[in-house]
Amino acid sequence: MHAFDYQAPTTLREALELLSKPQQSARPLAGGTDLIDQMRVGRLTPEVVIDIKKIAELNALRVDSGGLHLGAAVPCYRICSERAIIDDYSALVDSCRIIGGVQIQSRASLGGNLCNSGPAGDSIPSLIALQATCLIAGPQGTREVPVESFCTGPGKNVLRTGELLIELRMPRRAPHSGSHYRRMIPRNEMDIAVVGVGASVQLDATGKTIVAARLALGAVAPTPLYAESASQLLAGQPVSDALIAKAAQAAREIVKPISDMRGTAEYRVHVTGVLVQRALQAAIVRARGEACDYRPGH
Amino acid sequence: MSTGQSRKYKVIGTRPVRHDGVDKVTGRAKYGADVRLTGMLYAAMLRSPHAHARIKRIDTSKAAAVPGVRAVVTSADLPEQGDRIVELGEGAANMPHLSSNILARDKVLYRGHAVAAVAADNIHIAEEAVKLIQVEYEILPPEMDVVKAMRSGASILHDDLRTEFASPSSGDSGPTNVAKQYLFEKGDVAAGFSRSEVVVEREFDTATVHQGYIEPHNATALWNPDGKITVWMSTQGAFSARQQTAEVLRVPVSSVKVVPMEIGGGFGGKIPIYLPPVAAVLSRKSGRPVKLVMQRADVFEATGPTPGSHIRLKMGVSKDGKIQAAEAWMAFEAGAYPGSPVGMACMCVFACYDIPNGRIEGYDVCVNRPRTFAYRAPGSTHVAFAIESVIDEICQKIGIDPAEFRLKNGAREGTRRVDGPTFPRVGMVETVEAIKNSAHYRTPLTGKNRGRGIASGFWFNVGLKSSVTATVNNDGTVSLVEGSTDIGGTRTSIAMQLAETLGIAAEDVNPTVADTDSVGYTDITGGSRVTFATGIAAVEAAKEIQRQLVERAALLWDCDPKAACYVDGGVQGPDGKRIGFKELAEKLHLTGGAVIGNGTSSAAQQGGAFGTHCVDLEVDPDTGKVQILRYTIAQDAGTAIHPSYVEGQMQGGVVQGIGWALNEEYFYDEQGSMRNATFLDYRMPTTYDVPMIDTIIVEVPDPAHPYGVRGVGEVPICPPPAAIANAIRAAVGVRMRELPMSPPRLLAEILKAQTK
Ligand SMILES: Cc1cc2nc3c(=O)[nH]c(=O)nc-3n(C[C@H](O)[C@H](O)[C@H](O)COP(=O)(O)OP(=O)(O)OC[C@H]3O[C@@H](n4cnc5c(N)ncnc54)[C@H](O)[C@@H]3O)c2cc1C
Repeated sequence: MHAFDYQAPTTLREALELLSKPQQSARPLAGGTDLIDQMRVGRLTPEVVIDIKKIAELNALRVDSGGLHLGAAVPCYRICSERAIIDDYSALVDSCRIIGGVQIQSRASLGGNLCNSGPAGDSIPSLIALQATCLIAGPQGTREVPVESFCTGPGKNVLRTGELLIELRMPRRAPHSGSHYRRMIPRNEMDIAVVGVGASVQLDATGKTIVAARLALGAVAPTPLYAESASQLLAGQPVSDALIAKAAQAAREIVKPISDMRGTAEYRVHVTGVLVQRALQAAIVRARGEACDYRPGH
Repeated sequence: MSTGQSRKYKVIGTRPVRHDGVDKVTGRAKYGADVRLTGMLYAAMLRSPHAHARIKRIDTSKAAAVPGVRAVVTSADLPEQGDRIVELGEGAANMPHLSSNILARDKVLYRGHAVAAVAADNIHIAEEAVKLIQVEYEILPPEMDVVKAMRSGASILHDDLRTEFASPSSGDSGPTNVAKQYLFEKGDVAAGFSRSEVVVEREFDTATVHQGYIEPHNATALWNPDGKITVWMSTQGAFSARQQTAEVLRVPVSSVKVVPMEIGGGFGGKIPIYLPPVAAVLSRKSGRPVKLVMQRADVFEATGPTPGSHIRLKMGVSKDGKIQAAEAWMAFEAGAYPGSPVGMACMCVFACYDIPNGRIEGYDVCVNRPRTFAYRAPGSTHVAFAIESVIDEICQKIGIDPAEFRLKNGAREGTRRVDGPTFPRVGMVETVEAIKNSAHYRTPLTGKNRGRGIASGFWFNVGLKSSVTATVNNDGTVSLVEGSTDIGGTRTSIAMQLAETLGIAAEDVNPTVADTDSVGYTDITGGSRVTFATGIAAVEAAKEIQRQLVERAALLWDCDPKAACYVDGGVQGPDGKRIGFKELAEKLHLTGGAVIGNGTSSAAQQGGAFGTHCVDLEVDPDTGKVQILRYTIAQDAGTAIHPSYVEGQMQGGVVQGIGWALNEEYFYDEQGSMRNATFLDYRMPTTYDVPMIDTIIVEVPDPAHPYGVRGVGEVPICPPPAAIANAIRAAVGVRMRELPMSPPRLLAEILKAQTK
């Protein structure tokens, strides 16, 4: 591994100053579960690594009347143990529970997962489905970007030099809402999603009609996708197998997968539809307040 | 579970705690990567980015100039080999090939092929310096596919390679990638097929797969100014590693001492050497000890996996379910240099059955992939996939229970294999009976998309040479020094045979695996041979100790040694005299000093090992994903010395077979670069992917071993891909003839069948 400097600022201002120092390549370090490995294999060679875990704003985790505020560096295990998130933002917990094992979840953050901007990042479809917005700070002040517009290509995103992701914000959940994330992997653990689908639905009080829905797809295009037309065709419709199949078909139409060692393009297209159906069904079950029997990996 | 003979032994068949257990579970056991010597340097390798290229020029000057760099080597630093072929115990090695696999000479033949190495004060300097070595390549088209590589007009890997035909009259092949042809015939194949009511002929493909041992290859070498070379390394055979290192460096074997460290898995992959000569030459040039450890990607890209293969198999069966004729044609990837296990595959393909008329043809073919090496029962899993699938299809066609078919046609004592040898007493049909009578097979499988499959497999098991030295301590224990690297618990299984023979407790034997200067010549830990052959050596050593103890007792009793004998852990003399082992050991100093027994084994041949497996699984018809629900393996262990380790070998083999069946494969791009050289994308099963593997130990003692031992390490990997393919057919009606049966491949077949 190349030689590099390490800094651990305790304030946001300090971090932003360090990040925008000219003439040196810098990289924020949250859990480091992507970054350290990428440095080990020489894919990234920052001159300075800036540990952001000691900054209060990036460790915030609260649910209030405005919704969920999730600091960019909060590790998965904290998300999984928060009752309000388990109940109302279940898809996030589904994602956090499958990102690596216990050791990885003790470190890995959703900010890191999103900023790594892998097409198969397991939290991104959930964040899109839950309508998350990124709060970004930089030399020019702060700005907000919806998660579905954040990634711009494999490993690429809208962050400009000197910018830092501070927080992910998700709106308050409406009553009778449910969400779910699942992925297809060839094994039952230790794999990158071949296809990942996040789904969020809001039902009416009878539980029979979909008021609104958001579907998001991972690993089937250069960036995670918000499946807009598939989501919209669900709104206002009574729940039925035919409706769900229609959404699955609409989702298949927008994907542009590649063939690689994880699966062929045709396979990914087919499985996108399969997982959209399964994710929607589980989200609906949850929206009705029923338990869904979902075992990660199966 | 064991079908066991009535227990006639005191130690054999029990389950003592393994002698190396505490060291292993507390992390104190020393592996190759733990070696740290005063003044030690760290080395890094430069590897080829191309699958096939001519090396035009190597410039190492920039790397050599980096501060902290102490030595740089290329193949120019290794001696020329000429045309030498060297006998290595478990087979012959072509020295120019072995040497240029270690450091490429004029050509690189696969991506990851080692080209140069740098030793420096620390690994970071070495890694950065290696990047400064400039190599000018002339890129050549890679030949990645075994069948395409056989065609005329294929890109040629070795200009001087000519096919070694089975019949010398076949003439000169001209430049080719086909290194060798194998041909075996028995009876009248055409007549056999004409007598058959059902004939099935199918083609099969299997992918290149890696052993996937957790510990990467490593070597630390010190080349002393007096010419003595010491190598600390992870190896399956210290003596083989010593000889390979000496031959590559062209020094006498006695100049090299190999110290075998603990080994984190080998499965056949740690028989060849890759690093010791490089570390040794770096040490000679720098005057310091040098340590070289592979990265995971190096292990995948540059160490011998087991080959991919293409197999065509035809079988004819009469209405009563008797095999009349069978024919197989197969081509195996050798990798960059000749030497695939296709010859063994040819001998295994029909070995489970009594085949009256048969013909087997095999080809060893060079392709631009790493040189293949052994992996558990090399070649046998490939052919088991083919024949056991064809048999399943035949059973379905003629409506016979697959276990019944195997009982009817299974090899027995006296069955002659198509390739010649006649079986001694073997346990093939006993393993089928064990499955047929198992709770698993007798419990009907219910549920949608679920299926059951069975399959059998064979492996020869070898004898080869082993030595041990056993010294009686005066507290009544025995120190046992052996040359067999302990991979599967063999310290204990050998100690138990010594203990049984001496009538003492297994815990009273202290086994040590020694370096090549401290024990007699011992062949590799491979071929499922150690518990068998090193076990025989231990029994011989124990008998030698018995003989000496009888003399000592006779001395104490002042009687003729002929009037005394060794029984039940002690010496019995005239007039009911008796002295126990411990008591006699305490008197060693009074009766002439140390008692040391040496034992060797060299001539014994094993009778062969068979297993039959049964698997239940469920297919997700929408994703093509397979979940293994239940798995039972029945295997003939001859006599299970330590049943837990026999079960461990059976379960481990099955799990690796499941990986081979479902997900493992070398995935190459057009340029011949492996795209999945990580444990993330090279998908071996995890604990979440396999159920508890139920074991049934069948015991049909091998007459060639004093306690009836048969090797158990390899045959358990043979049946799983076939058993799983048969179960998938039963579950969803599609027959998979290509490995791995990964979700994309299986889903494609399911969808194809639905649109038909
Ligand atoms: C064994 C193992 C298993 C894994 N399994 C999975 C899995 O199943 N699914 C999955 O999706 N991923 C998986 N990963 C990848 C990784 O753990 C996740 O992507 C994780 O969420 C990354 O978070 P982190 O906090 O560790 O990020 P880091 O490694 O700290 O950062 C990732 C990238 O984002 C940048 N970054 C981090 N925080 C910020 C910020 N606030 N602002 C700007 N840039 C930032 C970093 O500079 C770096 O480039 C696995 C990794 C390992 C090692």
